[in-house]
Amino acid sequence: MMKPVKFPRSLLLLPLLGMLAGCNMVVMSPFGDIAAQQRDLIVISTLLMLLIIIPVICLTLFFAWRYRAANTAATYDPEWHHSTRLEVVIWAAPLAIIIALGAITWISTHKLDPYRPLDRIDAQRPLPADVKPLTVQVVALDWKWLFIYPEQGLATVNELYAPVDVPINFEITASSVMNSFYIPALAGQVYAMPGMRTKLHAVINQAGAYNGFSANYSGAGFSHMTFTFNGTSQADFDAWVAKTKAGNTTFDRAAYLEFEKPSEREPKRQFANVEDNLFDAIVNLCVKPGQMCAKDMMHIDMMGGAGKESHENREKLRYDTRHADEGAGTNAATFPAHGNDARSPESPNQEQPHAAPAENGMQGHDMGNMGGQDTHGNPAPEGEGGIAPKQLNQAN
Amino acid sequence: MFSHLDTKSLIFGRLDLGAFPIHEPILVATFIAVALGGIAVVGALTYFRLWGYLWKEWFTSVDHKKIGIMYIVLAIIMLLRGFADALMMRTQQAIAFNGNEGIFPPHHYDQIFTAHGVIMIFFMAMPFVTGLMNFVVPLQIGARDVSFPFLNNFSFWMTAAGAALIMISLFVGEFARTGWLAYPPLSGADYSPGVGVDYYIWGLQVAGVGTTLSGINLIATIVKMRAPGMTMMKMPIFTWTSFCTNILIVASFPILTATLALLSLDRYVGTHFFTNDLGGNPMMYVNLIWIWGHPEVYILILPAFGIFSEIVATFCGKRLFGYASMVYATCVIMILSYLVWLHHFFTMGSGASVNAFFGITTMIISIPTGAKIFNWLFTMYRGRIRFEVPMLWTIGFMVTFVIGGMTGVMLAVPPADFVLHNSLFLIAHFHNVIIGGVVFGVLAGFNYWFPKAFGFRLDAFWGKMSFWFWLVGFYFAFMPLYVLGLMGVTRRVSQFEDPSLQIWFIIAAFGAFLIALGIASFIIQLIVSFMKREELRDLTGDPWNGRTLEWSTSSPPPDYNFAFTPVIHDHDSWYDMKRRGYTRPLEGFRPIHMPKNTGTGVILAGLSVALGFGLIWYMWWLAALSLVAIIVVSIVHTFNYKRDFYIPADEVVATEAERTQLLTRKA
Repeated sequence: MMKPVKFPRSLLLLPLLGMLAGCNMVVMSPFGDIAAQQRDLIVISTLLMLLIIIPVICLTLFFAWRYRAANTAATYDPEWHHSTRLEVVIWAAPLAIIIALGAITWISTHKLDPYRPLDRIDAQRPLPADVKPLTVQVVALDWKWLFIYPEQGLATVNELYAPVDVPINFEITASSVMNSFYIPALAGQVYAMPGMRTKLHAVINQAGAYNGFSANYSGAGFSHMTFTFNGTSQADFDAWVAKTKAGNTTFDRAAYLEFEKPSEREPKRQFANVEDNLFDAIVNLCVKPGQMCAKDMMHIDMMGGAGKESHENREKLRYDTRHADEGAGTNAATFPAHGNDARSPESPNQEQPHAAPAENGMQGHDMGNMGGQDTHGNPAPEGEGGIAPKQLNQAN
Repeated sequence: MFSHLDTKSLIFGRLDLGAFPIHEPILVATFIAVALGGIAVVGALTYFRLWGYLWKEWFTSVDHKKIGIMYIVLAIIMLLRGFADALMMRTQQAIAFNGNEGIFPPHHYDQIFTAHGVIMIFFMAMPFVTGLMNFVVPLQIGARDVSFPFLNNFSFWMTAAGAALIMISLFVGEFARTGWLAYPPLSGADYSPGVGVDYYIWGLQVAGVGTTLSGINLIATIVKMRAPGMTMMKMPIFTWTSFCTNILIVASFPILTATLALLSLDRYVGTHFFTNDLGGNPMMYVNLIWIWGHPEVYILILPAFGIFSEIVATFCGKRLFGYASMVYATCVIMILSYLVWLHHFFTMGSGASVNAFFGITTMIISIPTGAKIFNWLFTMYRGRIRFEVPMLWTIGFMVTFVIGGMTGVMLAVPPADFVLHNSLFLIAHFHNVIIGGVVFGVLAGFNYWFPKAFGFRLDAFWGKMSFWFWLVGFYFAFMPLYVLGLMGVTRRVSQFEDPSLQIWFIIAAFGAFLIALGIASFIIQLIVSFMKREELRDLTGDPWNGRTLEWSTSSPPPDYNFAFTPVIHDHDSWYDMKRRGYTRPLEGFRPIHMPKNTGTGVILAGLSVALGFGLIWYMWWLAALSLVAIIVVSIVHTFNYKRDFYIPADEVVATEAERTQLLTRKA
C-alpha cells in the first residue's frame, strides 16, 4: 500500500507570501535615496534582532515540548536555578546586539538627520558641486496642503512637483494644529507644527506620482488630507514651472486668510504668483493684517519684556480665535466643515475661555516661548511680515 | 435681572437637549441595551434583596481582597466597552473604501478611537493590574491587609468614578476627538470647544487620584508589612514587580495630573500654556504627557512580567531561574523607563544627538527585558511543565512578546521611526506588546489566582478555548497591520482610497472577530465554572502546588488572611515550608485586629463624579457644591474613630477548625 504523499503544511503559507508580493509595500521599496537608506536600517535592525528572536522562539517551543510533564524521560531538576556562566550569556547576548545596533543608530541618526543637507543623490552618485537644491515651503492646513516655491514664486495646493535627482529642501509649518508631512516613497516624515519651522532634506530618484499625506491626526477632515508628489525630469519640471507662471492667478495674504478656513478635499491647483515672505508670516502667525509677529514678541521678551505696555499687544497676538467671530463652520478643527455638526450644544462662536480678557500685565513678560523659532533653536530668519510694535522700537 | 436664557444656563450650564444623541441610531440602540441591562441588574438586586449585602460586604469593604476583585470586575466591564469600540473601528476600516463612507462619519469615528485608547489603558489595563496587585501582594508578603485600608477603598471608587464619567460621555454630550493623549492645540479650547476634551480631562483627573493613592498604599504595604524574615531579596517576584510598578505610579502620575491641570487652565480660564497664540507651546505638552506616558507602559507590563514569573515557576515545578537577575532587570527597567520618553516623537525635529540618545536608551531597555525572557526560558529547562491554562498564556506570551519587542527596537532607531511613526506598523507594535504582554499576563493571572479568590478553579476547557481564540485572533488582527504600516498607511484614518489595502483590513477584522470569540469563551468560562463549582472546588488552598505564601491559606482566604503571621526563610516561602514539613498550627489563636468598613470612599467618589460633571457642563453651582461637600465629608471622616475592631478568638478558632475539617476531608 502506498503511503499517501504528505502535504507540507508550510505550503499553505504560499498564498500569503503571494499576497505580500502583490501588495505595494512602499516603505520597503521607496524611490528616494533617504527613504531607501531608512528602509535599509529597518532591514538591518530586523536581521540583527532575529539573531536572538529566532533562537528564543525555537527554544521556547522546544523546551515546552521537551519538558512537558508527560515526558518522564526528560531530566527534572527542581533545585536548578542558578548558573553564573549562563547568566553572563543571557545578559551579554542582548548587550552585544544592542551595542551593534546602538552604533548603527548613532551614525545613521546623524547621517539621516532630516535637517542635514544631502551629500549624495543615491548610493552610487555623490552630489555634484553645481547642483542647486530646490526649496519648497510646506504648510499643513485644515485639511489640505499648501506648497510654496519661493525661488519660482509660485504656489500649489495638494500637489507637489520636483525634479528627479535634485535635492529638495523642505521647510515645514502648519496653520492651526499639529500634522506630519509624509511622502513614504521619498523620505521619512517630519511634524508640521503651527508657529514652528521644521526641515526635511530629501531627493527623489525616479519619476512618478507618489502619495503624500498627513501622518498625525488633526481633526475631522484628516482622512482626506492627502496630496500627490510628482517626481519629474528636470525638463518636465521646467516646463511645468513655465506653464504655471504663464497663468495670472495670485496667492496673497488675503487669499491665504480665506484659504486657511477648514475645508476638505480641496481640488489640486496652481498659483502663478505668490506674495513674498508669506511663509515667514505663516510661521510667525501674523498673516492677518494687524497681527504682531511671534518673532517680534520674542524679541520684546528677549529684551526684558515691555511691562504694562505689553497689554496693548494682547489683541495683536490673538491667533487661535481669529475665526471665532465669523460664525459656524469655520472655527474649529473638530467641527466638520460639511456642517455635520458635533453633538456639543454650544454654538461654535461661544468661546467661554476667552470671554473674559485677562486684566493683568503679565502677558508681555517672561513667556518662555518658542513660537516662530525652528526647533533646533535658531531664531527664525528676519522677514518683513507683521507690524513692528512701538515697544520693539524702544527696546532697540 | 435674569432673562430666561440666563436662568437656564445658570442651572444647566451648557447642557441642553441637543447634548443627548437621540439622532444617532447606534448610540440610541446602545443606550436602550444598557438601560435594559441596567434595569434588569437593578431589578434582580432588589428582588433578591442584595443591596444591603453589596453595600455592607463589598462597596464599603476595606478588605484588600474584595477591593482587588472589584477592580477586576470594573476592568472586565470596561474591557467589553473598549472592545466594542475596537470592533467598530475594525468594521469601519474594513468597509470604508471606494467612496463608501462606512458606518461612522469622522466626528463619530474620532471619538471611538479616542475612547478605545483611553478606556483600554486607563480603565481596563490599569484596574486589572491594580486589582491583581491589591489581591495578591498582601497575601504574598504574609500581611492581613494593606497599610491604609480605607485609602484603598477610596482609590478604587475614584477609579470607578473616572470610568463612570467616561461612560456618561457616551450618552450625555460627546467624548474627545483628539486621540488618547489629546495633543494640543487640537485639544485646546479653540479647536475642541465641546465637552469631549473636558470629559477626558476630568475622567482622568478623578481616576488619577485613585491610581496615585493606590500606588502610595502598595509601596507602604510592601515596605512596611512584610512577614518577619522576608527581606527584600526574599520577596516573591510578583511583589517585586508590583513594588517597582507602584514607584513608577507615584513618580509619574503627578506629571499627568499637572499636565492635564495646565490643559484645563488653558481651556477654562484662558491661560496660554499650550495654545498657539500669546507664547504658548504645544510641544511642551507632548513632552510632559510622554514623561508620564512612557513609564505608564512599564506600569502595565512590569506586573505582567511578575505574573509570568510566578506562573512559570509554579507550573514547571521548579525554582525561578536567576531570581536576583530578575530583580535587577526589573529595577533597571524601572529607572530606564524615565529616560526614553522622547522616542514617541523623534519626528518633532529634535537634533540628531538628542534623537540618537533617546533611541539608544530605548534599545538598552531591551537588554534587561531579554534577560527576563531567558530567565523564564531556563526556568522551563529541566522542569516538569504542566500545561494548565495560566501556563498556556505564558508560552503564548513568550512567543508573541518577543516579536513585539523586536518591532519596538526597530521603532527605536530614529531614521527608521521616521518612516514607521504613526503608521499602522506602530499600532501593530504596541498592541503586540500590550495584548501579547499585558492582556495575556492579566488573563494568565486571572486564571492562576481565581481559585484563591473564590475557592474553585476555572473550567480548563473554556479557558483553553479563550486562549486559542485570543492567540490566533491576535495574529490575524495585527499581523496585517504590520503589513499595512509598511505600505505607508497611517493611523486614525476613517476612509481609504487605495482598494489594494482592503483585503488586509478584512483579515484584521476577522482577527478582531476571533478575539471576540476569545472574550465570549472567557465569559462562558466564568459561567460554566460557576455552575461546576463543586466539581472544581479547591479544598486545600493550594490547587496548583504553588510556591508563594498566598497558597498557604485557605481558598478563599479568611478575612484576616493568616491566623498567625508566617515566618520566612526562603524566597519560595510556601515551597520551602512544604519541603520542611510545615504543620498548620491548630491552637493558640488570639483575637485579630482588623480595619472597619466605611462608606466614605463611595460618597467621596460619588461627589467627585458630580464635581466632574459640573465642571464639564459649566454647572458652576454643582461643581462648587460638590467640592464643598467633598471637603466637608473628608473632614468629617477624620473624626470617625470607629475604624477598627477585633475578630474574637472564638471566631478565628471556628474558621480555622472549618479549614482543618476541609483539609482532612481532602486527605
